[in-house]
Amino acid sequence: MASEIVAVTVGPKAAQEQLRTALALGADRAIHVETEARVESLAVAKLLKAVVDEEQPDLVILGKQAIDTDNNQTGQMLAALTGMPQGTFASKVDVKEGSVDVTREIDGGLQTVALTLPAVVTTDLRLNEPRYAKLPDIMKAKKKPLESKTPEALGVSVESGLELLGVETPAERKGGVKVGSVDELVEKLKTEAKVL
Amino acid sequence: MSILILAEQHDGELAAGTAHVVAAARAIGGDIDVLVAGEGVDAVAQAAAGLDGVSRVRVADDAVYAHQLAEPLAELLVALADDYTHVLAASSTTGKNVLPRLAALRDVAQISDILEVVSDDTFKRPIYAGNAIATVRSSDPLKVITVRTTAFDAVADGGSAAIEPISAEVSNTSSRFVGEELAQSDRPELGSAKIVISGGRGMGSGDNFKLLEGIADKLGAAIGASRAAVDAGFVPNDMQVGQTGKIVAPELYIAVGISGAIQHLAGMKDSKVIVAINKDEDAPIFQVADYGLVGDLFELLPALEQKL
Repeated sequence: MASEIVAVTVGPKAAQEQLRTALALGADRAIHVETEARVESLAVAKLLKAVVDEEQPDLVILGKQAIDTDNNQTGQMLAALTGMPQGTFASKVDVKEGSVDVTREIDGGLQTVALTLPAVVTTDLRLNEPRYAKLPDIMKAKKKPLESKTPEALGVSVESGLELLGVETPAERKGGVKVGSVDELVEKLKTEAKVL
Repeated sequence: MSILILAEQHDGELAAGTAHVVAAARAIGGDIDVLVAGEGVDAVAQAAAGLDGVSRVRVADDAVYAHQLAEPLAELLVALADDYTHVLAASSTTGKNVLPRLAALRDVAQISDILEVVSDDTFKRPIYAGNAIATVRSSDPLKVITVRTTAFDAVADGGSAAIEPISAEVSNTSSRFVGEELAQSDRPELGSAKIVISGGRGMGSGDNFKLLEGIADKLGAAIGASRAAVDAGFVPNDMQVGQTGKIVAPELYIAVGISGAIQHLAGMKDSKVIVAINKDEDAPIFQVADYGLVGDLFELLPALEQKL
């Protein structure tokens, strides 16, 4: 149903590997916004907005959070900057004429919202089963267009109001004891841990 | 310092998380207002006005805020934010949905899931699934923050804040609520339960989660699950404990048939006492468990239920 799929990432040169994977999985072309800087969510959202302004997509799909910073912000910020509605933490996406129904994984269960297009969707774990790239597709992906841009060319400053002062290791949790039976477990929970 | 907190609500009641967010706001210091936005929210506003440390509850009661959709809530917050140095919300699916949108509309960073207030502009937050703690300082004029509720003890009731209605012209034509399927349960809420018992892939099926229910009923516990159990379709997503699910820190956490992937540990390793029941004695979950019981859960769970 999509006439064209454009894969976009922001990051250092090595990030092109991910774009090649996306191309092997079916994307038509790719855009790499190349920067060595540590880009915060708001800067990424601004860079993506610049790409959205140029590409005018009907639907923008992002993951809900990065596995390193766990911020869970970029999609929502992109939606704000572009004035689009947002369907975050999606487990089901149903595109209709001029709108999209998004089923969201929320704290108490599931919520479905209808968004006018263009819209931003961020994905949760249960949305679709990722396919594997087949070898012929991996070969073809090498010939698909991959365009590089810089934040400067997009007219975006990646400066942030956030400063990372330090990183520490949290207090490590020590393993305890193995108990031999249910009786012993319940006894220890009552008399030693005092949680029952 | 003046702080605005977006109240968390479920089914027309103030959710437990808000009292924890007020505690984080008190650690920052300053005047604390709570925003209650929704439709028919008198009870929520009354409850928020009773939280210790809250000076004012501002109420936006309008159909446009029903179901807590991000677009109108963020627009309302943008209009109110001029009066504040900080806007806080629980790190719930609502807080995480709305606050980044507010931050971007105000052209400031958002700080997610804080664990500790170092000063009014410096905060600690987990990264890498909780395997590292970052200290970040914001120089932005407005700090937009979500709070990990398990990291702050709830404030008590006993306050009597003023309740003031606010009128703001907010309309929403881009998103519409269609429906929801919410879990119906008499058990305590997963995020605030004193005891949590969770099942993993080792449970084998959704039916087998009944083995946990009897124990949960006896202990007054909430029931959780690992991502593997949710992905396998055993139980619904709202039961998932872990990096991308709910973060819990109960007095007692019982992990049954859960191997202990770091993504799961990220959601429960701050529990006071951890019990692991698994047939694989080398499962990583035993490395964080205070009490480990190796064996067949299908024999051990009925025995445990009987013993309680």
